[in-house]
Formats: sequence, C-alpha cells, structure tokens
Amino acid sequence: MTARIQVPREVQRGAVFEVRIAIQHPMETGFRYDLMGKPIPKNVINTLVCRYGGAEAFRAELGSGIAANPYLQFYTVAEASGDLEFSWVDDAGERGSERVTVNVVE
Amino acid sequence: MEPTKYAALIPGLIRSACIGVHRRLPLFGGAGSARNRLAASVAGACLLHAALSTAAEPQRKIPPSALRSGITFASADVRALQADDFENPGMLWVERGAKRWNDAGGAAKSCRDCHGDAVARMKGVATRYPAFDAASGRVLTLDARINACRTRHQSLDPLPLESDDLLALSAYVAKQSRGMPVEVTIDERTMPSFERARALYYRRIGQFNLSCAHCHEANWGKRIYAETVSQGHGNGYPAYRLEWQAFGSLERRLRACYSGVRAEMPDYGSAELAELQLFLSWRGRGLPVEAPGVRR
Amino acid sequence: MNHARRRFLAGCSGVLMAPLAVPRASAEEADTLTPAIREVTGGAPLKTGRVTLEIPRIADNGNAVPLKVSVESAMTAQDHVRSIHLLSEKNPRTVMARFFLGPRAGKAQINTRVRLNGTQHIVAVAAMSDGSYWSGTAEVDVTESACYDATNP
Repeated sequence: MTARIQVPREVQRGAVFEVRIAIQHPMETGFRYDLMGKPIPKNVINTLVCRYGGAEAFRAELGSGIAANPYLQFYTVAEASGDLEFSWVDDAGERGSERVTVNVVE
Repeated sequence: MEPTKYAALIPGLIRSACIGVHRRLPLFGGAGSARNRLAASVAGACLLHAALSTAAEPQRKIPPSALRSGITFASADVRALQADDFENPGMLWVERGAKRWNDAGGAAKSCRDCHGDAVARMKGVATRYPAFDAASGRVLTLDARINACRTRHQSLDPLPLESDDLLALSAYVAKQSRGMPVEVTIDERTMPSFERARALYYRRIGQFNLSCAHCHEANWGKRIYAETVSQGHGNGYPAYRLEWQAFGSLERRLRACYSGVRAEMPDYGSAELAELQLFLSWRGRGLPVEAPGVRR
Repeated sequence: MNHARRRFLAGCSGVLMAPLAVPRASAEEADTLTPAIREVTGGAPLKTGRVTLEIPRIADNGNAVPLKVSVESAMTAQDHVRSIHLLSEKNPRTVMARFFLGPRAGKAQINTRVRLNGTQHIVAVAAMSDGSYWSGTAEVDVTESACYDATNP
C-alpha cells in the first residue's frame, strides 16, 4: 500500500507539531457489488498506530465510515529527534508500515 | 442534426476537402492535364472560400477568453483538495508512478533507463497528448503511449487499461506538465480522427438522445440536480473522482458520460475514445494540465 | 434567525455547530446513536460543549467529506482528552472511528475524510481524563452525482 507521511522539516523541542498521513486503500465497506453482481467483501484498515520514541503517540480505530484512501491529520509534542513509525492492519490481515524522521532542534 | 449545427460544419468539410486536394496534387505548374486544371480550379475555390470565411481554421464554440477548467465549477472543498499536494488523493498514484518509473520490475529496462529523470525530461509531454503514433498509424492517448513503450522498448506486456499501475505512471508523467497549457496537434495525420470526433461530439446518442454539446456547450454553468455543468474539458484528468473513490483516466470519465445519457460505453482503448479525447484537448487547448486533478 | 444571518451560515463552507442536543431519530428509524453513545460513556452523563465539529454544510459527494474535530483541552497529564469517537446518525455502521490521544498529543484535533450515507447528523464524543464526557454535533446535507456512472461498482 502506498503511504505518504508529512511532518514539518524541523521542530522545536516541546512544540506541538502537525502529522499527516495518507494511505492508498479502498476501505471497502462491504455494501457494494461488483459489475457481475457479486458482493465485494468488507475490508477496511481497522487499526492504525503511530509510535514516537518507541511509545504509542496516536492510535486510530477506523471503520467503513472513513473515506477510501484514508487521510488523517493529528498533533504530537516534539520530544527527541527520531522516527515516527506508523503501522496499520486491515480486515484481510494485510499489514502496512511507514516511517519518517522528525528533526527536533533546541 | 439541427440545420444550424450542420451549417457550422460546412466550413470544416470544405476545409478538409481543400487540405485533401493540396496534399495530393500540386497547385500550379506541372503538365497541363485535366486533373491538374481541376485541382487548380478547386484550389482557387478554396482560396476564395478562405478569403470569404471569417477564419480558415475550425472555430471553437467556446472562445479562448471564455474557457474555464472544470475545477472552476467545483466547490471550495474540491478545489482545496486539488490544491493541497498532500491531501490530494491523486498524489498517492503519482508517488506510486514515480516508483514504477524507476523500477519496471525484474530484468526489464525501466522508464528511467531511456528517459532519465522524469521531472526534467517529461516536462510538456502530457500537453501534446493524444498524439499521432506513426508506428501504429493511430491517435494514442498518454496511457496507450506508455503501453506502447512497454511492448516496443521494454519487452514487457502492456499494463491492463485503467489498472492502478498504468494510472500511476500516467499520473506521474502528466504531473510533470502541471500548469502548462494543453496544445495538441491537428494536422493532416490527425485531421480524420479530429473530424470523426467532432461529428460525434455533436451527434445525439443514447436513450436520452443527447449530444455532448447539449450539456457542455449549450448549458454549461447551469445545474443538473446539485451539480453545476462544466464546459467538459479534460485538462483535469487523470483525476481522483470522489464518486469513484478512486483515481481514474479521462477515458473512464468519458465512459461515465456515455452511461449518463444511457448510451453504450465504448471500450477502454477504443479508437472512438482516443479520438474524442483528441477533439476535447483541441477544444480546451490553452487550459492548464491539472494532473493529478480532483473532481466530485 | 434573521435573513442575513441565515445566508451567512449557508455561505460558510465549514460551519461550527453549537451543540444543542443529540439529534433524535424519527419514530420509523431505529435510534442507533443512543446505544453507541452509551457504549462510550458507560451511562455517565454526556455534556454538550468543548467539542467542535467542522464539516461542510453541503457535501459534494457522500464518499469523501472533509471533517475536523477539535476538543478544548490543555492536554496536560492531569487534564487531557483520552479519546474522540465519531458517530453517524444514518450510516449502516454508527461508529465511524475512534481516536486515542493522551497528553503527548499536545492538541486534541483530528482531520480526516468521512463517508456519509445521505444527509444526517454527526456526533463527536470526547472522553476526558477526569472521567467526563463531552459532545459536539454537526449536520451535513449530502448531495449526489447528477448523472448515472456505470463505471462505478
């Protein structure tokens, strides 16, 4: 799954900064039918976790009420320079992950 | 077809006949054969017609000053989505395309191996498509051209039409022309396609018995239910369409239009759709490429 | 509400709705919001305020509607938002998402895009670290594509 993460290029220690993530995923509701009339099974990213400095900084439990190709924006406090690690799993059990380095300055 | 619309096509038909004559036979000089005398008199009539016409070129119904991209008919939310390079869902396909550009998979040559860095080398390319392809003798869309590259130069199978990988490559290449004006070539090679597509544009089709022009030339700016009818240009494509919850090509959007008037949809990759795109690009030339676009 | 004010509100693309009350479903439709709210609060009282839902008053397409939910909170270790729950009045599944924050968030604000199955209310419930629950509501008119698109499953 293609995923993109955006964080500011550098952040001051202690500052609150914006984190954005976009993942290519159909977030299939399970209520649609294909062109042959067969139901398309439900398959959404159900859990997404962001770890920063090894500890969970943000967690989302998503349902079919979140639009396809999910986009999330949230905030977190800049601690030490390091990686923001995202991992997620969908109903079919497929896992995805992506990371980005946060550059924290004094 | 209404008489007024047919009349509008006459200058074009004469123009086509004139071009045909000019290409096949010399205007002046040569042996004084009957054929040449006929050619000379037809050419003379053409020159007279050209002098009498307000313009020698086929005229667009919507003049350049009144051209508006589909994005200008969209809501603030859709405009914001297209303008933000992170929130724009189409950028997920662009990013995927960038990866595919650099790595065709397996032992195959990648796009980069021949074309180099797309950011530099693909600038302006999308503005010229659909374009005539000498090898196949057909008008090809950008997607078809990418597949032609795969089969001819990379020894790879063509990517399925409207597949994520093909859309990704198309989005990535088209994005390198973002902001540049569409400028397709209508010349003696593309003129037959152009004329066929233009006739199609003004032809009533489907159970609703409507032509493209009924909505997009006669009624753009007015509303159908909650939507405002656009001028029907394709410069925003390939685009992420909220209705599809996915990224798609102009071909897909055109097929949707056919179904909208309850007409049979031409197949992906059909000459009809490629030629229609050529006509639309000519009709909307000057508008900027917006790929990856966002539409409702 | 006077004319000018109504026009102003209609013109805003993102409207802050002052929550007055949780919308009541009509007699014919099952009330799915109340049990979903109870699932979050465990029966504790739900206060209105502190939670702001910004969502377009009119959505172009129910497939993707931009939404921003923010909760007034200092986000300190002593006083912060533990979680935010997005609930839909009319979707086939009432719970749209749950977001889990904490003092490390710094700011209790989430932006996302939601799917809305027609015109309806959205309710956001925030669970605070002091055990209190707060809610905000917004109403969205969902419009649909004018023309039938057979390329869509």
